Amino acid sequence: MRVSFTVNGRRHEADDVWEGESLLFVLRERLGLPGSKNACEQGECGSCTVRLDGEVVCACLVAAGQAQGREVRTVEGLADGAGPPGGLAPIQQAFVDAGAVQCGFCTPGLLVTADALLERQPSPSDADIREALSGNLCRCTGYEKILDAVRLAAARSAAGAAPTAPGPEAPPAPRSEPEPGE
Amino acid sequence: MRTLRYQRPEGVEAAVSAVNATPGARYLGGGTNLVDLMKLGVETPDLLVDVSGLPHHDIEELPGGGVRIGAAVRNSDLAADPLVRTRYPVVSQALLAGASDQLRNVATVGGNLLQRTRCLYFQDAGKPCNKRAPGTGCPAIEGVHRNLAILGASPHCVATHPSDLAVALAALDAQVLVEGGTGPREIPLTELHRLPGDRPERDTVLEHGDLITHVRLPAAPEAVNSAYRKARDRASFAFALSSVGAALEVRDGLVHRVRLALGGVAPKPWRARAAEERLRGAPATPEAFTRAVEAELSVAEPLRDNAFKVPLTRHLAVRVLCDLAGRAGGPR
Ligand SMILES: Cc1cc2nc3c(=O)[nH]c(=O)nc-3n(C[C@H](O)[C@H](O)[C@H](O)COP(=O)(O)OP(=O)(O)OC[C@H]3O[C@@H](n4cnc5c(N)ncnc54)[C@H](O)[C@@H]3O)c2cc1C
Ligand code: SF4
Ligand code: FES
Ligand code: FES
Repeated sequence: MRVSFTVNGRRHEADDVWEGESLLFVLRERLGLPGSKNACEQGECGSCTVRLDGEVVCACLVAAGQAQGREVRTVEGLADGAGPPGGLAPIQQAFVDAGAVQCGFCTPGLLVTADALLERQPSPSDADIREALSGNLCRCTGYEKILDAVRLAAARSAAGAAPTAPGPEAPPAPRSEPEPGE
Repeated sequence: MRTLRYQRPEGVEAAVSAVNATPGARYLGGGTNLVDLMKLGVETPDLLVDVSGLPHHDIEELPGGGVRIGAAVRNSDLAADPLVRTRYPVVSQALLAGASDQLRNVATVGGNLLQRTRCLYFQDAGKPCNKRAPGTGCPAIEGVHRNLAILGASPHCVATHPSDLAVALAALDAQVLVEGGTGPREIPLTELHRLPGDRPERDTVLEHGDLITHVRLPAAPEAVNSAYRKARDRASFAFALSSVGAALEVRDGLVHRVRLALGGVAPKPWRARAAEERLRGAPATPEAFTRAVEAELSVAEPLRDNAFKVPLTRHLAVRVLCDLAGRAGGPR
């Protein structure tokens, strides 16, 4: 079957998709977007987290056909509109600065989840952060630095600037804005 | 590659007739259980009929105080609904105690009720399992069964039903509205899931083609004072070892109305009617709660490695009832 949907503001079509395929497979293997990771493939680890019509979901358990006509945001699209091209989104910069990345396998999913959390709750409590990230497993960091990173991103956005992020902090771009140059 | 078709039916009738006409067809809700089981080779449908787009997305207040919930309502939306949170907090708490944001954002009410057991052997297509492959045996009885049933099991299957939502709905006497091609019918939630007996392959009383369209919560004034509590191996994002959904109304120190259901301990959400019966009119004290819950659990038949669930469930249930009664004390 053919499936068409928007990924990070760009319209994509994938042909010859097998009806039992997951959205994660389509993103990684058909659309060349390997940022979302496939680890457990069972909804348990959150490495494959993407936004589907704005909501975080496990792309490994969404059937490809269910993405038809919908809007997907992946980790690759996080930095869009967050600064100059090639720059990092505030949450990405905070992960770097807090040392929240070790092997990095869990990182894309955590970034997407944390970004969604801060969008709906700019100053989350520690309990809020823990609960919101509970669908994302990390085998390396012990989570402390990940919590630090989310706190750091929240604090920077409250302070109105992200000193180590390149360029001035722009307000988040509307999620449906097309990518520049398209 | 296996042939598999995917359809988005226009309406209920089209959905039901598509599945009725195809023995290998499955309804697809959010897919968080079905897609998983397809990857594992446990489910091998040849047609997916996606019912997540059917017009069953509403949560409506009914005259007389009940609420009707569409089967396609997402678990996250149901948990957040103001009407449900104030009138039936046990429902909202049960949902939030289950899975993760990522899963609740796609999982539907219908799919949640019909999710399959998490028994390891059931999920491993290479192993024998009476539920998946009738007649092949039940390796869990002698094998890994720490998380399996202490109530209602049979020598053919000792699996538990994993849904948290279903436990809350069982406590509330929810009705399941079903469309199967011969007109709508209603099934009490407590009768939706079956005990395994010698037919463990049948989880529910539904027939092939039966579509869940809604769940109806009857008015239950005591449900404003209700709660869900779940014991699991980690603080969040794990299936229940044991769970309790309860509602309680106390008048003059006596139990006036009580509803109690147990999860993670049986092949179906376990309505604790024996305990409820003992409690009606009894003093709302930790001692009376303990005696009532013990009576319910007296029929428990734990396996080698899950006897811990008996005291765990007793503590959990007594704790929840004490909290609802607004008392200190009870077991820790
Ligand atoms: C890692 C992980 C952790 C989880 N933890 C928990 C937990 O702690 N507690 C908990 O309760 N659940 C938990 N779940 C299970 C989750 O809640 C279910 O997978 C989900 O609710 C199923 O809903 P769905 O819409 O995605 O169902 P689907 O996967 O789409 O469908 C499930 C079944 O229901 C059938 N079906 C779907 N809709 C209908 C309908 N309207 N009428 C008739 N049949 C229908 C399908 O054919 C299929 O057989 C977890 C799942 C995962 C993957
Ligand atoms: S307990 Fe039930 S599901 Fe598990 S192996 Fe035995 S028959 Fe299969
Ligand atoms: S790969 Fe999807 S949750 Fe682990
Ligand atoms: S950094 Fe390795 S899994 Fe998280």
